[in-house]
Amino acid sequence: MSNATRSWAQPIVRALPIPAGAGMARMLVERNGRSVRTFWPTIVSGFFEPVFYLFSLGVGLGTVVGSVDAGGGTVVPYAVFVAPALLASSAMNGAVFDTTGNVFFKLKYARLYDSVLATPLGPRDVAVGEVTWALLRGSAYAAMFLLVMALAGTVTSWWAVLTLPAALLIGLAFAGVGMAATTYMRSWQDLDLVQLAVLPMFLFSATFYPLSTYPESIRWLIQITPLYQGVALARELALGMVSWTTVNHVAYLVVLGLIGILVAARRLDRTLLS
Amino acid sequence: MSETRATPLGESAHVDTAVPTAHLSVLPQDPRPGALFGRAFAYWLTVYRRTWLGSAISSFLAPLLYLGALGFGLGTLVNRSGGGIGGVPYVEFVAPGLLAATAMQTAAGEASYPVMGAVKWQRQYHAMLAAPLGTVDLVLGHATFILVRITLACAAFTAVAAVLGAFAWPLAVVGALVAVLCGAAHAPTIMAFSARQDNDGNFNLLFRFGIIPMFLFAGTFFPVTQLPGWLQPIAWATPLWHGTTAVRQLTLGRPDWGEIAGHCAYLALWLGVGLLVAVRAYRSRLVS
Amino acid sequence: MTDQGTGGAVVAAAAAGAGALEHAPVLIEARGLTKTFGDFTAVDGIDVEVHRGEAFGFLGPNGAGKSSTMRMIGCVSPPSGGGLSVLGLDPRRDGPRIRARLGVVPQRDTLDEELTVRENVIVYARYFGIPRAQARAKADELLEFAQLTERADSRVEPLSGGMKRRLTIARSLVNDPDILLLDEPTTGLDPQARHVLWDRLFRLKRQGVTLVLTTHYMDEAEQLCDRLVVMDGGRIVAEGSPRSLIAQWSTREVLELRFPADDHAPFAADADGLGERVEVLPDRLLVYTDDGDAAAEAVVARGLHPLSLLVRRATLEDVFLRLTGRTLVD
Repeated sequence: MSNATRSWAQPIVRALPIPAGAGMARMLVERNGRSVRTFWPTIVSGFFEPVFYLFSLGVGLGTVVGSVDAGGGTVVPYAVFVAPALLASSAMNGAVFDTTGNVFFKLKYARLYDSVLATPLGPRDVAVGEVTWALLRGSAYAAMFLLVMALAGTVTSWWAVLTLPAALLIGLAFAGVGMAATTYMRSWQDLDLVQLAVLPMFLFSATFYPLSTYPESIRWLIQITPLYQGVALARELALGMVSWTTVNHVAYLVVLGLIGILVAARRLDRTLLS
Repeated sequence: MSETRATPLGESAHVDTAVPTAHLSVLPQDPRPGALFGRAFAYWLTVYRRTWLGSAISSFLAPLLYLGALGFGLGTLVNRSGGGIGGVPYVEFVAPGLLAATAMQTAAGEASYPVMGAVKWQRQYHAMLAAPLGTVDLVLGHATFILVRITLACAAFTAVAAVLGAFAWPLAVVGALVAVLCGAAHAPTIMAFSARQDNDGNFNLLFRFGIIPMFLFAGTFFPVTQLPGWLQPIAWATPLWHGTTAVRQLTLGRPDWGEIAGHCAYLALWLGVGLLVAVRAYRSRLVS
Repeated sequence: MTDQGTGGAVVAAAAAGAGALEHAPVLIEARGLTKTFGDFTAVDGIDVEVHRGEAFGFLGPNGAGKSSTMRMIGCVSPPSGGGLSVLGLDPRRDGPRIRARLGVVPQRDTLDEELTVRENVIVYARYFGIPRAQARAKADELLEFAQLTERADSRVEPLSGGMKRRLTIARSLVNDPDILLLDEPTTGLDPQARHVLWDRLFRLKRQGVTLVLTTHYMDEAEQLCDRLVVMDGGRIVAEGSPRSLIAQWSTREVLELRFPADDHAPFAADADGLGERVEVLPDRLLVYTDDGDAAAEAVVARGLHPLSLLVRRATLEDVFLRLTGRTLVD
């Protein structure tokens, strides 16, 4: 890392009321990077999962479903409809797991943070470091998935390039919420509760069928959930159906991420230092 | 462990730290291999009493969520565009697939991390072997417990699916039994794999490249005839495909008993050979 | 060490002696230091001073508050009350600056099992802002010191307990700390590993590193420490050098008597007068005297028939027994 490089997160992070740290979050990211060398099969395999879902529930199912109205009269093949939703959900899944299970594992089982916190690094660095790592990994996966989407012919608009920053934004929102959730976790069993929140979102956020499938009275309920906003954002970009609602989705995710980070920031001291 | 144990139905397996409660009295002579499996089984059952709630959430709720979202939500699209699959409403097509997949998923969850935990972390197996239990007892005892877990999960799903009208009654009961067999067919092979592991890195690969692809491509959500030609024989080789096909015939109320018997025989083969392989694996890992 | 971002600047400034007291004799000072967890008081108002270059020990049984004290000194646990100053700085305000000058060897090895032996040291060096090339060189040097060079590229998990502990110590030295905090450094190690470790710690002491350690092994305290405090129930019950503590609280020698009975209390009367003091333990009697051999002869002269009879030097265990009425290891 060049001497002049400063972590891009620093100015943002310093503006927020976050617990003490020494601005060395990037060392934690570096540590995670080194651990990849021993665990590269796991890292590589993580890329395949959304691809499998794309070919099964996108292409395979697409032969049975045919075309779908993606909203506003735009009719597209099923795979084209589903692919951006899978991009959004894998961004969510990655961010959530990296900030809950992974962090919780390092905290309780590997006691990794005990040794880290005995150095000049503080809780803020740990949080920023883990979130940064989650986003780095997430964007790598998203980029490759986008490539696969393009190769599979499910990309129809140049706006789709923006799905990459969209995936990053989704990841950031869920990483914030995930870290906040982790500060409340007490035991391994609590991870089940995380799954209990994530799986319904994955299935019901207009991922596999359009919002119009729902009776009109409950559509608003789906629309206020986080993954729906992410799915809608990704889909609108990938299909080129950009409008002012797209901006709404972005705003929602930004606010969600900030709330999550703030909550995590306040509680992190108590979680990591006792 | 640096990555997600991504499982399609949200099953997450944990290793518990309960103390075995089986009483071990003096035996008059050397027991036959496997005769004492009941004691090992009793241990796992005792442990389960403490952790059942967490697994109930994931092995009961998760398949139902899939049924709701994909069976009904996605089903609306499928039914509208093609009148279901082969004339069958989509929810009735998907439900048996989910039943068989739940069985497989439960088996995989219980046969992976807990087995490795019993070998390496909590080392329950070592504790059992220090008592007059043998490796056959260990394998059978744990496998029996996994069978109980699979049965509970399948029973719960079947009941709900029948109430929702996705299953033909009473053949659905036979379907549930076949699903249990399907799940059980996967268990011992995975147990053998798990017993040989040194760390949980390979479990990720097992789930990502074994369990999840089976779940997605072996006929759960769409007929395997939709797969490219070269992929279909691979699907036919998987135990899950046989389980799904047989269960589907039963829950749709159109059983071809000869075909079902053939599928069950294949599953029984996996089960039997799997047990032999598991005993071999346990022996080489634990007794040396 | 010039520009590495904020963290690096902190390390550099601290190393340049920004703390005015860096050459003063007192490195750690605690006055009325307290730590509570809810209703439970782990550390109850202790006063401690640690001087530069000495090996200072906290001796006491499990639950005495030693680890909690160490964590407060290590700036990873905020004190609940009282004053604490480390290297002239306040842990509450200057945590990162202090930690940049500390080395910590925790009670349980917190090694990174996802990295190799060498990488563990390098990554730790990076947490202090040490540039990569320097970190690599330092890692090689420290692995040599810890006698782990052959295992440098191995994963951590297959190492023995002693090797893991040596690696933890090597890692803790990566920033050339002024103070090395060791929490129960040899607990759980076999005797040979313990001696290797003590040897390494002696070398460090000769190099001028200040050692602060906790232990419940009296032989470790006697061997390593220049001064120590005895802690029990969150309080300090005695302080001084090992020899002065023994001289103050015990006689020079101890005669141990074992009788064929489950309860040794009835035999106390028989042993009365053999030495200065008699302590009754469940499995033996301890007779404190300055001349153990004479006392042993007196036992025979009195016509007592113990199962076994042993004369030994007094240890810190006897000091602790005298002060608290309990043994160090329960």
